[in-house]
Amino acid sequence: MKNSSQHDSTWDVDLIEKTIKSLKDKPGALLPILHAIQSVCGYIPKDTISLIAKALNQTSAEIHGVISFYHYFRTSPSGNHSIQVCRGEACQARGSRALETYVKGKLKINYHEKTPDGEFDLTAVYCLGNCARGPSIRVGDDIIGSVDKNKFNQIINTLTTFVVELN
Amino acid sequence: MSIKVFIPRDTVSLAHNGEKVSQIIQAEASIRNIDINIIRNGSRGLCWLEPMIEIETSQGRIAYGPVEVSDIPALFDQGMLDGTEQHTLYLGKTEDIPYLKNQQRLTFSRAGIIDPVSLSDYQAHDGFKGLTRAIELISSTNSGQMIVDEVKLSGLRGRGGAAFPTGIKWQTVHDCSPTQKYIVCNADEGDSGTFADRLVMEADPFMLIEGMIIAGLAVGATRGYIYLRSEYPVAHTILNEAISGAYATNFLGNNIQGSKHTFHLEVRLGAEAYICGEETSLLESLEGKRGLVRFKPPLPAIEGLFGQPTVVNNVLSLAAIPYILACGGQAYADFGMGRSRGTLPFQLAGNLKYGGLVELAFGTTLRDIIEKFGGGSASKRPMRAIQVGGPLGAYLPESQWDTQLDYEAFSAIGAVLGHGGIVVFDDTVDMVEQARFSMEFCVAESCGKCTPCRIGSTRGVEVIDKITTSTDSTALNAYLELLDDLCETMIHGSLCAMGGMTPIPVQSALKYFPEDLPQIKGFLISPTQQQR
Repeated sequence: MKNSSQHDSTWDVDLIEKTIKSLKDKPGALLPILHAIQSVCGYIPKDTISLIAKALNQTSAEIHGVISFYHYFRTSPSGNHSIQVCRGEACQARGSRALETYVKGKLKINYHEKTPDGEFDLTAVYCLGNCARGPSIRVGDDIIGSVDKNKFNQIINTLTTFVVELN
Repeated sequence: MSIKVFIPRDTVSLAHNGEKVSQIIQAEASIRNIDINIIRNGSRGLCWLEPMIEIETSQGRIAYGPVEVSDIPALFDQGMLDGTEQHTLYLGKTEDIPYLKNQQRLTFSRAGIIDPVSLSDYQAHDGFKGLTRAIELISSTNSGQMIVDEVKLSGLRGRGGAAFPTGIKWQTVHDCSPTQKYIVCNADEGDSGTFADRLVMEADPFMLIEGMIIAGLAVGATRGYIYLRSEYPVAHTILNEAISGAYATNFLGNNIQGSKHTFHLEVRLGAEAYICGEETSLLESLEGKRGLVRFKPPLPAIEGLFGQPTVVNNVLSLAAIPYILACGGQAYADFGMGRSRGTLPFQLAGNLKYGGLVELAFGTTLRDIIEKFGGGSASKRPMRAIQVGGPLGAYLPESQWDTQLDYEAFSAIGAVLGHGGIVVFDDTVDMVEQARFSMEFCVAESCGKCTPCRIGSTRGVEVIDKITTSTDSTALNAYLELLDDLCETMIHGSLCAMGGMTPIPVQSALKYFPEDLPQIKGFLISPTQQQR
């Protein structure tokens, strides 16, 4: 991942420092801190790593090691909408392999990529717990079941239509 | 008087527009000047019927489902609020629905009936009776031993998959000298095809909280963590609501219910790592580290979280505790067969018409549960393979569907019951692709600590790709033998079940479905293949 955050104004240093300070004394504070930063910024900006390391009295390498271990944490900005497709066996048994191919074709991106307009990013997820009513996808914090091509198109259309209002 | 309308707020309902359905029902009632009181309950576990709306009537609760937004005006016109049977979505009295009626619900007895975050609902349905008894037991003897004894008597075995006797684990932590001890709930339900933990947390979270408090009393632990996977945002919200409710009413905190006992509880989120369902990897993650599997010994019961004695139990194990304490260990042990006592919530998933949660005593056959409850495949095509026990469980061909659902019976055929997930595939499945996926999943989710799992899985994907593209029988046989050899290495050389069990789905898929291998003239299943 390239460090492009030198002029990155998408995050507020004071807010991040306050967040870290409020959590750093919890036992095993690192994951709660990373979750909090990602929920504020949408990702973990590179430059926050040294702030976290300092607060927890660890090295930046240790913090980076933890971030890179977990699929959930990301170090580059997400799209306006993060889409996850469930690859679990239960969804496969209900047609998720075909859906997966369709989604990639429709968005013209692969997993871990973002559409050029920054609207969507795509990742795989292994099980969302909706195993009797798959295929399932997750958009932000919403889990959506029984997704086929038509339903996926509807979801995409709704998201692109409403994005102006959301902003 | 207002009419009570129950609309589930669990993941499956919300994933099928449950929120919108609730809003529109409220709006429709307002337009028609009808006074209704919407209660956002948990799911009964009849997944294919979600959102399943229930109306409270003088005859009991009447169900309609699956309700879509477009059905709502007609449901109102056709007397839904009076519980009449005019509309096609009418299901009758909820408790008379055969799918529910034919279950033995102990752990899930309240699921879908109550508002999950209403403490008064919980108490009105026998909630906290187990805790009351546990406090009595500990007060009379000044020791948690009698609570541990009750759990031992129940025969409860860990429901996460490993099936280790819960009472023995508790005894070990109980016997450690007094120090800071922990109760950790493993809510990293990563197995595809399983959702029972999610249902507990979304439908009856106080039961889990109660189970954890009792565990704390039993072993002398004052602090607990629920390690919840981040893929369950709905469960996260509901658990946090329930925990703050329990603090507000002094079921959590200091001097619980006027006793001298203390228990603090917090939810911690995972971050999409399947391996963190392995207990030592989970502990590393809770400590804020990479989720690398630890060597055992020391056992977590002796040196667990932050090096302290720790009970690590699955959600379902802890959720079974309130019943065991309230009704006695023997009452629980009266269900089941052999060494598998009590009930297991089976989760019917994948290509089934009626997927959902089925809690039954151990001992029913796989075929029985699929036929009596599952209703055949959703695609109406013939069923071909069933994967039981998550992504590390075996693919079973029809000849094995008469196996009894029991830990030992499954072990005898080289399969696992695991966490009770049952995933059905129809005849369009390509079993070589499924075998490849199992290896691929291990590549994505291995923690990387041990070589057989980290490298073996990558080599496994490569060998399976070579099998798929083989054009002559000599090469195919050689690759199959190589894969066998690789699987043996993973089974015997891996540090934990991730690498050690990945070969189970791989080998079962190829052994029982050899017709999916490339059709090469002159190719015969090799002697080693046949022996397995």
